[in-house]
Order: sequence, then structure tokens, then C-alpha cells
Amino acid sequence: MFTRWSTAIAAAILLSSPALLQGASAADKPTDPQIAHIAYTAGVIDINAAKQAQKKAKNKDVKAFAEDMLRDHEAVNKQALALVKKLNVMPEDNDTSKALSKQAGDKLAELDKLSGAAFDKAYVANEVAYHKAVNGALETQLIPSAGNAELKSLLQTGLKIFQGHQQHAEHVAAELK
Amino acid sequence: MKPGRLASIALAVVLLSIVVPARAATIQITMENLVVSPAETSAKVGDTIEWINKDVFAHTATAKSGDFDVMLPPKKSVMSVLKKAGTVDYYCRYHPNMKATLKVEP
Repeated sequence: MFTRWSTAIAAAILLSSPALLQGASAADKPTDPQIAHIAYTAGVIDINAAKQAQKKAKNKDVKAFAEDMLRDHEAVNKQALALVKKLNVMPEDNDTSKALSKQAGDKLAELDKLSGAAFDKAYVANEVAYHKAVNGALETQLIPSAGNAELKSLLQTGLKIFQGHQQHAEHVAAELK
Repeated sequence: MKPGRLASIALAVVLLSIVVPARAATIQITMENLVVSPAETSAKVGDTIEWINKDVFAHTATAKSGDFDVMLPPKKSVMSVLKKAGTVDYYCRYHPNMKATLKVEP
């Protein structure tokens, strides 16, 4: 059952189509160790994207945005690690995390071929889509499925901060046009 | 306790209240979970604001007018003294959804 759910959530995140998530039933709920792994992986993906942007971006707003992503996502992930340690939970790798990582690797390679304004535009466009998808997954699946109150609370803080990131990315994207 | 000592304590208290004017207050403004509270604060010129960042994220208290720009590292407090009167709208540069108002009376 979990595989079916993972495929649905991964597809939803990758295609930015949260509607697909609605097909998942309650039985497909990810466990806390899996949720922790997915959330952490999603953070690492955006950190790596930001590091690439720091090297390649030309526009100063894009550079500043990448710096913000690095600072916030590293802070959230640091908090997530502290929490799993405190709860003595071992984050559990799963198909959703794997699919996310694979897709993110492909995106990094794709963006690596671009430079200058083309890179800036593609990076920011992907950040808009990525945050939108992750926020959708947090709202409809990860937060409702989280059992531990502290994990749920961390995910809720994450959602709040990532919604801000999405707005910021949308703003930068509009400025680049 | 001897009456003489009591008198000197009383004198010290009187002197202290002259040295430290009652109006110079320290006011706390907290940033927690990406929310500034209180959303509206009243203070006077000469008062100290203790900015308390309870989040794991870095924040700033940045006046739209440019009057101040205070950096708040994660889980840290920073003190700043108010020097100028006026109503100041401020926000966090990193998380612009965090907004609040500071009314500084002369």
C-alpha cells in the first residue's frame, strides 16, 4: 500500500499536481519515520539547488533568494535532525524520498547546462513549482499523517516558512520577466 | 536593623529613583513561529527594545522608513535604544510576511 501512496505523492510533487494526492486512502498513510525522511530529503534538495544557484546565478535578487533558501532550509533540517534524535526515531528511506532525489538530480543536471539569465529564470521557475508542490504535500498528506505532536508542529512551521518562500519565488519570477 | 541604616537605605532608594528616570523602560518584542508579538507596541524615545527571537530562523526587525535594521540571529535577543519619535512599520527582510508597528512617542 505504501508504494502506491509513495508513487502518488512523488508524482504529485514532481508534477506539481496535488490533485493526484486525493486518490490516496487512509491506509496509505506514511509513518512518522518516513515523513521525517521525506521532509528532510525535500529540504536537502532545495539546499543543493540553492548552492548551485549561488555559483551560477547572475541576478542579485536571485542570488539573495538562494541565500534565503540556504539559511532557512538548513535551519529547518537542523531542527528536524535534533527532533529525530530527541524522539529516538530513525528516519526511514522510502519510495517517495527516492523518487524526489532522483528527480532533483535530473533537475540539477538540466539547470547546470544553462547560464546567465536563462539559468536565473529556470532556477526561480523551478523554485516556484517545487515549493508549491511540497507545500501541497505538507498540507494534504504529511501534516495530517504525522502522529507525533512535535513532528507535526515542525512540519507546520515548515509549511508556514515555505509558503513565504513560494511567495518570494513568485515575486522574483515576476521581476525577471 | 539600626535606624541609621534604614535611613541610608531610604536615601539610596530616593537617589536611585532620581538617577534612573522612570520613563526609560525596556520593552520586549518577541518573534516566534514567524509571528511578531505584540503586533503593535507603544514606547517612548529613550526606551530600550529587547528583540527576542525564539525561532531557529534568523530574522530582522527592519523599519520601512530606514530608521532601524536590527539583525536577530536564531534563538538570540538583541537590545536597541529608540532614538527617534514616530510611527514605524517594520518587517523581517527574510520573511516579509512578518510585520508589526512600533509607535514611538517623543
